[in-house]
Amino acid sequence: MDSASDVLSWILLALGGGFVFVGGLGALRLPNFYTRMHAASLTDSMASILILLGIMLQAGWSLAAIKLLAILAFLLLTGPTASYALANAALLSGLKPGSSADESKEN
Amino acid sequence: MVILFAVFLLTLLVLTAVAIVRTENLFVAVMLTGIFSLLMAANFFVLDAADVALTEAAIGAGITTVLFLGALALTAEHEKSVSAGRWLSMGVVIVTTLVLIYATFDKPRLGDPQAPVHLHVAPWYLDKTPEIIGIPNVVTAVLGSFRGYDTLGELFVVFTAFIGVLFILSGRRGRHLPSNGRASSSTDQGLGHHLIPKVVGRLLIPFIVLFGFYVQFHGEYGPGGGFQAGAIVAAGIILYALLEGETQALKVVPPPALMGMVVGGAVLYGAVGIAGIVLGGNFLDYSVLADNPVTGQQIGILIIELGVGIAVCGALLSIFHAFAAREPS
Repeated sequence: MDSASDVLSWILLALGGGFVFVGGLGALRLPNFYTRMHAASLTDSMASILILLGIMLQAGWSLAAIKLLAILAFLLLTGPTASYALANAALLSGLKPGSSADESKEN
Repeated sequence: MVILFAVFLLTLLVLTAVAIVRTENLFVAVMLTGIFSLLMAANFFVLDAADVALTEAAIGAGITTVLFLGALALTAEHEKSVSAGRWLSMGVVIVTTLVLIYATFDKPRLGDPQAPVHLHVAPWYLDKTPEIIGIPNVVTAVLGSFRGYDTLGELFVVFTAFIGVLFILSGRRGRHLPSNGRASSSTDQGLGHHLIPKVVGRLLIPFIVLFGFYVQFHGEYGPGGGFQAGAIVAAGIILYALLEGETQALKVVPPPALMGMVVGGAVLYGAVGIAGIVLGGNFLDYSVLADNPVTGQQIGILIIELGVGIAVCGALLSIFHAFAAREPS
């Protein structure tokens, strides 16, 4: 049981790390602001779920697990909100989605 | 393993520092300073300095970034290029770097038990804290009691910074009076018309403030204390100001109350010290505050941490409002 949860925890952590990596790659390589943000924000939410679940399995049933759950709830609330605010601010400041020629604007 | 993490984080720190120096966009520089502080906090945490890490994360990465952005809203986004004296400053930086690198040759190895810092008073603090003060967090014991004078000094540094910023920035306080006519536009300020940030922000603010109080009053048992708690509570109120508009936030905590918080917090700290004298001990000697010296120490630390928290919260909020109250020039 102990080793099973350990293996599961490491699988979750590795998957989370993979999501972070993909998100970072997307934020660097995708052509314009909105696609980059899309890559970074979606993978970020998924990665925080996976990584925090992985750490929670490591922590076991303890106060630390509940604290990690609180952190997860906080991240799941703030992350998408921050992405929304960022995209909204970009839209309001006149950056049109869909054009790949806005390279100069977001740098 | 720790060394590996530390080297990785330090490498990122150096890269961030170089990026801060090289970028000419001040907005990018502000964001990078936030990242720098967060990396620094992680670094402190790797070195087991959880209290310092919490302070760095709350003040360095959190509040300072907001204050920088407030300052940036008043100025231009791009750095003015200065070419005069570049070689001179380059020379000064290179010489200082070489001197610092030379100085590290005498530094004891990380975690060396024979390092001077571990042989002087630190063992005494570790040894005597359970007996004299009876709290698990030695950092709080050192900061609040053994080195109470230093913390009092730090608090007065915060206090002086607060006075300085107010002198420089707040010339137009009258703008916030309701009779001024700008109050009617308070609904336009803030993010009131953006539903999602508003709802989420309102949901989070109570928990942020509650977490601030937790950090404040749990500081004797875990990482935390007045400086961090003051910054976290201030962050909650600044979030409120960003969501509901600055005028609304000033209604909740009006400028006289902010002034009272800073002065009151500093005076509270000093008063605990004087209470020590009145009750027959030395200045900042908490042992005489109660019949049992250990209880007295705990009461003293609790009150001075409260003073620190109130003063820091008031000072940070005042500085934020001082920036927000200025019109862009």
